[in-house]
Amino acid sequence: MEIKKELNGNKLKISLEGRLDAVSAGDLDKVIQNDLNGIDELTFDFAALDFVASAGLRVLLVAQKRMNKQGTMKILHVNEEVMDVLEMTGFSNFLDIVD
Amino acid sequence: MVSQNKKKIVIEATLDNLGKVNDFVEDFLKEKECSPKVRMQLEVVVEEIFTNIANYAYGDDVGQVTIEGSLEDDAAKFRLKFMDHGVPYNPLKQPEPDITTGADERTVGGLGIFLVKKSVDDISYQHEDGQNILTIVKVI
Repeated sequence: MEIKKELNGNKLKISLEGRLDAVSAGDLDKVIQNDLNGIDELTFDFAALDFVASAGLRVLLVAQKRMNKQGTMKILHVNEEVMDVLEMTGFSNFLDIVD
Repeated sequence: MVSQNKKKIVIEATLDNLGKVNDFVEDFLKEKECSPKVRMQLEVVVEEIFTNIANYAYGDDVGQVTIEGSLEDDAAKFRLKFMDHGVPYNPLKQPEPDITTGADERTVGGLGIFLVKKSVDDISYQHEDGQNILTIVKVI
């Protein structure tokens, strides 16, 4: 999985490309742990994300919990298959998913 | 029931091998016109079950997992069996997670097997001859 970060003041955009699976979830977890200091607007771009399962959901949950304390978080361009997983698990209820 | 196309692989249960298991499954599906949804669901199943075995079955040791796939009923059904000799563990006994709560109240425990159950048409667990055997059936 490719992780692309764009920092603009207090806004961070993270674009994911490929598979957010048990192998790559650790890489995203590191970004979440290390790069969110002072960020009040976190945006994920899922346009090129093909796959997510529970290991990836865990990292998204950590990010959402953190941003609930310090700002906002939204997710852009979720494809149909990834959306299915977010809906099945009820993650779509608390994630701010924008078309 | 007539099984066609039965194949198996025996590999080390390590996360590095996740791609190989996905390739093994993809090989069964390549001549089928599966919807992207079915493909995704099977990828979720493989990821969750294989990862679980890789992370927990053998503790800090490395053990092997045998994965057997077969197409049945004129290739309308795909059966996938995961067998390991690790700690006896029935994932179907995990309590269902509460998927209605907000982020702050959430934990992700149990979400993996929950996703698997939601993604398959049948799932069963047996412990036989010292082996964990988890079998899923997916209409494809």
